[in-house]
Amino acid sequence: MSPWTFFFEHRGEILEATLSHLTLVVIAMVIATAIGVPLGMLIVQRAALRNIALGVASVFQTIPSLALFGFLIPVPFIGGIGRRTAIVALVLYALLPILRNTYVGLTGIDPAVLQAAEAMGMTEAQILFRVRFPLALAFILAGIRTATVITIGVATIAAAIGAGGLGTFIFRGVAMVSDAVILAGAIPAALLAILADICLGWLERRLEVV
Amino acid sequence: MNAKAGALAESTIEFRRVTYSVSRTSPQTLVADISLAISSGETLVLLGRSGSGKTTLLKLINRLLLPTDGQVWVQGRATADWDPIRLRRSIGYVIQEAGLFPHFTVAQNVGLVPALEKWDTSRTAARVAELLTLVGLDPGEFSTRRPHELSGGQRQRVGVARALAADPPILLMDEPFGALDPITRTELQREFSTLARRLGKTIVFVTHDLREALLLASRIVLLQTGRIVSSALPQEFLRINHPEVQAFAASLDSLPGARA
Repeated sequence: MSPWTFFFEHRGEILEATLSHLTLVVIAMVIATAIGVPLGMLIVQRAALRNIALGVASVFQTIPSLALFGFLIPVPFIGGIGRRTAIVALVLYALLPILRNTYVGLTGIDPAVLQAAEAMGMTEAQILFRVRFPLALAFILAGIRTATVITIGVATIAAAIGAGGLGTFIFRGVAMVSDAVILAGAIPAALLAILADICLGWLERRLEVV
Repeated sequence: MNAKAGALAESTIEFRRVTYSVSRTSPQTLVADISLAISSGETLVLLGRSGSGKTTLLKLINRLLLPTDGQVWVQGRATADWDPIRLRRSIGYVIQEAGLFPHFTVAQNVGLVPALEKWDTSRTAARVAELLTLVGLDPGEFSTRRPHELSGGQRQRVGVARALAADPPILLMDEPFGALDPITRTELQREFSTLARRLGKTIVFVTHDLREALLLASRIVLLQTGRIVSSALPQEFLRINHPEVQAFAASLDSLPGARA
């Protein structure tokens, strides 16, 4: 069977898997951003917490994704089979690029600008929210973009623990030794990644301060 | 008011046996045992080579640094007793790279302290226009520009306008014209010299350029390795018999045509 025939015959199912994949990614990214950005802001001033946070986030990145999904299954409350476990794993994966870019973006600001802000009598909070954060925004978004692209890829593996998404086709295709079935999962996943990269890249350039 | 406080009224800024070390335990002392009184309306130039401690003295005035020993008095109160935010908002500060906020327009940069002080918008806008005109920039043309759309000289003009925004009685300037090309630098020095006289503010100006010091100062204080070498009127400065003064004087001679 040619891939095109397969795509056409299963278009409804593919679309459904794509939407479920996208939902998985969006939920994971919203959570990862909600944790990563504030945490990145917090560790600007706290060296001890900084080392722990960046260290832990780096460790999660080094665990092979399939293994991480596996490790989470027996964990109470967040573990088990299904979407919830998958989202937890995806969040852990996405955290490092967001956390790191937030921290580096907030600290990599021209020292003359920060000194001027301090000398003009801005409070710590005003410097963080009115100077550091707007200037770091494009860089933070670059971290979110990297994390999104990674998450779209890693989310295909979530099918292994019953979370659904485009990985379902890939695993089924591997089992059936059918390129057409594998591609039915792989092509939409790749297109999603490219699309996310383009959209977030565009937003990033819009927010860039020259 | 006791006698001591009465005597203070004369000087806006006073260093009382001030020493600043990077840390109490470290032997690295940036300025040592400085005593210096700066009168209201004076343009005091702190002259010295790199590492002589002049920028440190400046930062001690607006409490970017606190003395390790001794006290710095600003407007009748030791900096340690000032709320740092209040103190800094009453002191204008201009630095070499201008340090303009790249994400703000020129008008937002100049209007920052008024905005922090919660002035209403129309009062801030009027003040911004007034200041841009004062520093020689047409408000209509420049208000909406971003710092990256300005030349180095224009950026420094905005830096000066920003420092003056809330009409602070004291202005600190750390080599404000140091990074400019020689022609623009001379232009700004001349204009600023006129402006300084008109404003009547207490100005502490840091430079390593003797020519600039002679042009702007009402008094020159020469620093060497964290200590005051001499304090003199500009017209007397070159006659001082001290090797460091002579070294600076020699730097004048080495520039052909530098003596206007």
